[in-house]
Amino acid sequence: MELDSKCPTGPIETRWDRHRFNLKLMNPANKRKHTIIVVGTGLAGGSAAASLAELGYNVKCFCFQDSPRRAHSIAAQGGINAAKNYHNDGDSVYRLFYDTVKGGDFRSRESNVYRLAQISLNIIDQCVAQGVPFAREYSGYLDNRSFGGAQVSRTFYARGQTGQQLLLGAYQALERQIGAGQVEMFPRTEMLDLIVVDGRARGIVTRNLITGKIESHLAETVVLGTGGYGNVYYLSTNAKGCNATAIWRAYKRGALFGNPCFTQIHPTCIPVSGEYQSKLTLMSESLRNDGRVWVPLAKGDVRPAAKIPENERDYFLERRYPSFGNLVPRDVASRNAKMVCDEGRGVGESGLAVYLDFSDAIQRLGAPVIKERYGNLFDMYQRITGEDPYKVPMRIFPAIHYTMGGLWVDYNLMSTIPGLYVIGEANFSDHGANRLGASALMQGLADGYFVLPNTINDYIASAKLEKIDDSHPAVKETEAQTAGITMRLLEIKGTRSVDSFHRDLGKLMWEYCGMSRTAEGLQHALSKIPEMREQFWHDVKVLGAGEELNQSLEKAGRVADFFELAELMCLDALARNESCGGHFREEYQTAEGEAARDDDHYSYAAAWEFRGVGIPPTLHKEPLSFEYVHPAQRSYK
Amino acid sequence: MRIILHIWRQRNAAEKGSMVRYEVPNVSEHMSFLEMLDVLNEDLVAKGEDPVAFDHDCREGICGMCGCMVNGVAHGPLPGTTLCQLHMRHFKDGDELYLEPWRARAFPVVKDLVVDRSAFDRIIAAGGFISASTGSAPDGNAIPVPKENADRSMDAAACIGCGACVAMCPNASASLFTAAKIAHLGLLPQGHPERQQRVVAMVAQARQELFGSCTNIGECEAVCPKEIKLSVIALMNREFLAAKWTGRAGVAED
Repeated sequence: MELDSKCPTGPIETRWDRHRFNLKLMNPANKRKHTIIVVGTGLAGGSAAASLAELGYNVKCFCFQDSPRRAHSIAAQGGINAAKNYHNDGDSVYRLFYDTVKGGDFRSRESNVYRLAQISLNIIDQCVAQGVPFAREYSGYLDNRSFGGAQVSRTFYARGQTGQQLLLGAYQALERQIGAGQVEMFPRTEMLDLIVVDGRARGIVTRNLITGKIESHLAETVVLGTGGYGNVYYLSTNAKGCNATAIWRAYKRGALFGNPCFTQIHPTCIPVSGEYQSKLTLMSESLRNDGRVWVPLAKGDVRPAAKIPENERDYFLERRYPSFGNLVPRDVASRNAKMVCDEGRGVGESGLAVYLDFSDAIQRLGAPVIKERYGNLFDMYQRITGEDPYKVPMRIFPAIHYTMGGLWVDYNLMSTIPGLYVIGEANFSDHGANRLGASALMQGLADGYFVLPNTINDYIASAKLEKIDDSHPAVKETEAQTAGITMRLLEIKGTRSVDSFHRDLGKLMWEYCGMSRTAEGLQHALSKIPEMREQFWHDVKVLGAGEELNQSLEKAGRVADFFELAELMCLDALARNESCGGHFREEYQTAEGEAARDDDHYSYAAAWEFRGVGIPPTLHKEPLSFEYVHPAQRSYK
Repeated sequence: MRIILHIWRQRNAAEKGSMVRYEVPNVSEHMSFLEMLDVLNEDLVAKGEDPVAFDHDCREGICGMCGCMVNGVAHGPLPGTTLCQLHMRHFKDGDELYLEPWRARAFPVVKDLVVDRSAFDRIIAAGGFISASTGSAPDGNAIPVPKENADRSMDAAACIGCGACVAMCPNASASLFTAAKIAHLGLLPQGHPERQQRVVAMVAQARQELFGSCTNIGECEAVCPKEIKLSVIALMNREFLAAKWTGRAGVAED
């Protein structure tokens, strides 16, 4: 298969403009004859559904939660980047582009990233106009903060709830279109398969989570904005419902999966407290602006933080990376935290934590300023741990947070199945091997508000699609397969709960395909996963029936897909014999323990093709070229 | 510690429900309330009993999906806290807790502790937005917003739409929810052009959904996990009167 990224060439500053000019347009009167399915209502899906409806398309929009406002984008705390240079500190579109390509460890497409940096400007304008209450200075102008991986202040924020406010903006725009009858909304409805007719995406099969009814929905195009797959690890900062089923079923129907092993570990999460733990809570990375990360110098020092004098503390990030200090990118911060814990210098009961200390900042700025900046995060920390971070340092540890990998898409955000678009975290574009802080919100909204509504016209205007209805054999067959899986899960009647299987899979993945990986470990995981999957399909216990609200059944379907995806992640990690960004292979590191990339052999995006259950997938490579930002070892020293 | 639970079990909207007693023997103080329910459910599954259905998603207090009455108080005893952020260290060994779904005619029970809150979405769809279609925005700094207004707007915008305010209100009024959105948008200059239609349309929709009226009791403010202030309701009432007085509301006469 030839992978055509459709990336424009020529001067990078005008690529998007020229590309847009060459795309076909659609007459407004014709738009209302077309239906677009949007699955997911986060920043990407919600903004896309609203914008497409504003253009005049009929939109059918789906989410598994009870309301489109619940999507997990809502939990993003820190902020959203935009190269506004409102602070006159040397920022520019080019610098944001440069930082993002470098931050992604040279594993993303220059064309995509440049477009993202350009659009960042429009996003802020759009959100302000929608009523997103961004933080302001006393002048009434927008305030900014700095964030990991950047030396300029380009992050716009709404207290510690930026994701919530941006999502509510998109949700309100979506509700406006629902009220106007332009969007038909299907909450508590989960996509379980993709309908492909004559090689093109033409619809989805869903399960109504209240009645259990399996239904088909047909359209001219299908857009997936269904988020990432971090929950493959069981414990992650994702919401409990986040799952990979939509993109996984699309993969099994022929969409290539890009860079599945590129997962991001977030350095500042609240450590695990026990076996019953159901999820991990992130503390915004913005805390690293004012908090200092340290551990005791000596191994096994169990004195309380306050009893450890200054000269017996190791501020390891400031020591190893003097120019970026506590603001090094996420992958670097996470790996260093793991390193000091592996040395036996971790803190807390489990020894799997490092301190994030605000005492200097409180002394310098006063507690009220710190409260204004991070009040809700401090409250959240106190609520979960029972400790007061104004008085004792926070304990933090890395956790799975984001997946840079996802379905492979071209510059138009279309997957390898014509008519199937993938946006936001669900696709693999833009972030390469590591995502910079405050860039996920930017990418989700760029895709949904500004990229997709421009590129999707081209496909709809040029594709000659025959009319189909529910009686089409491909529809019937997909429906039957979906119903078959549900039935099979209910009929196993084994002995173990879905969660117990999920937890075991998560532990295995965290151990062997987590923060650092080895060929040996990955091979071990690859031998274990099929065994565990087999057990799951023989011994899982799903009670109740298919025709009712059945939360165990919902989980079982998602976990079944995680078992297959986990295998692909390990295969990809094993095939990439280098370290880059979030993918750290212990065999490939510099003398100082930094990631050692191998540009001669691995400067490509890996795109995997499904070839059948039990048959190894085929690896396709999309070569990456760098005309503007020249690959170098990332240095934050 | 050992916790005794009495949980409302109801198979679906059509069937009658009842309280059922359960015991959870090994509860750790570090568990969240929902993790305690997870433990109960694992136990029920092992025994072959139908697990308790409850809504939840982010488990970090922001998505607004979780919540139930704990001993008659929405989201339980800790102020400013969603159920998922309530930890068991606030309870003691042997405590007996009664869990019921949100109580309101406008929130019909779906199953056990799960209710249908789609009425909230319809209130937003009636007018809880600024009609700024994608692409039409001027530069973000074109209109300065006084910091105080931005801050007050943000206070109101923090609403997570969980429904605790309705569940706790003796009138099952959605006033705090509706007013929070009206305050969020009305305090910003961007929200001014539509403020009159907005308040009239949203209030009319809330009434149509069979939410009750506000009689200034204040239970909503007391249980709001985001501590939205009762004063937003006063602001809504002023906006509503102004819209009616000037007669420029334009849409949705009730």
